[in-house]
Amino acid sequence: MNPTANAAVDGLASAFPDIDFAPRPLMPREDKPREQLCVSVPAGRLLDVMRFLRTDERCRFEQLCDLTCIDYLNFPKARDRYGVIYSLLSISKGHRLWVKCLVNDPSPEVPSVVSIWKGANWLEREVWDMFGVRFAGHPDLRRILTWEAFEAHPLRKDYPLRGRGEREDFERITRESA
Amino acid sequence: MGLALPVAPSYQASKEEYLSTKLSYVLDLLREKTVNWSRKNSLWPMPFATACCGIELMATGASRYDIARFGAEVMRFTPRQCDLLICAGRVAIKMMPVLQRIYMQMSEPKWVISMGGGVFDTYAVVQGIDQYLPVDVYVPGCPPRPETLIEGVMAIQRLVEKEGVKSSKERGRGMGLVVQPTIQVQVEAPAVN
Repeated sequence: MNPTANAAVDGLASAFPDIDFAPRPLMPREDKPREQLCVSVPAGRLLDVMRFLRTDERCRFEQLCDLTCIDYLNFPKARDRYGVIYSLLSISKGHRLWVKCLVNDPSPEVPSVVSIWKGANWLEREVWDMFGVRFAGHPDLRRILTWEAFEAHPLRKDYPLRGRGEREDFERITRESA
Repeated sequence: MGLALPVAPSYQASKEEYLSTKLSYVLDLLREKTVNWSRKNSLWPMPFATACCGIELMATGASRYDIARFGAEVMRFTPRQCDLLICAGRVAIKMMPVLQRIYMQMSEPKWVISMGGGVFDTYAVVQGIDQYLPVDVYVPGCPPRPETLIEGVMAIQRLVEKEGVKSSKERGRGMGLVVQPTIQVQVEAPAVN
């Protein structure tokens, strides 16, 4: 059984009294109300909070396990469009924490955490490629999965599955040209 | 006056000359047939395996199905040495220029098998490489069984034997042969109890 991140969340609340973190479990259960906690952070304060989580003695989240995004378009009871999710793990303390940062159209943007965790580089590029969330201060924010000339962000819910005709304009090779 | 055109000989061919002409005709025929026969039995595939079709291609190359029986076991990973491009699996759009370059790098004569694919109709996947490359034989299935791929290789062999080495222009945009999927034999499951 992994230890819960109670101490980390309490330290977070005392260090940033102005932010409402609203810690809640990823999967609400009656008997375990403080397990697998997820906190929400506004985009403006994300870098401060993340640096605190990385360095503070009670937190020590050395590893960024995952960085992904959710498009909440047409999601029931959703107020914001995009949620950028950070999955953190402390190897020394053995606890985990999820951080959610909600952003909206137009031009959704969150600060880049590459300066804190270097592994965030490609993950942020993937989120930019697939969802169109920009990461301010990213050293090399290019597309990573689709090609350079691609314009859309295909994992957005309003993007059609079969694309918008991007795959039809390629050079054709015949036997004459070969 | 310009250059004189060569005048066709209008004499009666002697017996020796007639025999030599006949002999050279037979030799030409033999050479053509032999070359095509040996070429058909030594196809060198270029395995362009992108998905689960690649696994079936490997199974076809392995001992149970043994594509070596058809002389096509020499898979080379450089297109310069190959004459049969087996495109096994769906091709992502970012992969399409790579496939095109590989096709361009293969030297003539060359043939193309398009194997499998077709169900992944998303923004990132090319819907049929025959839109961008000349395909000779289609091997349907998702993925096709090794027998079906062998049938496709045999179709290429029939093409090589019948058509020989035609220039690119003569062959146009591919043959468009479709191999029938192999019929699966229903095996009755043995009783457990």
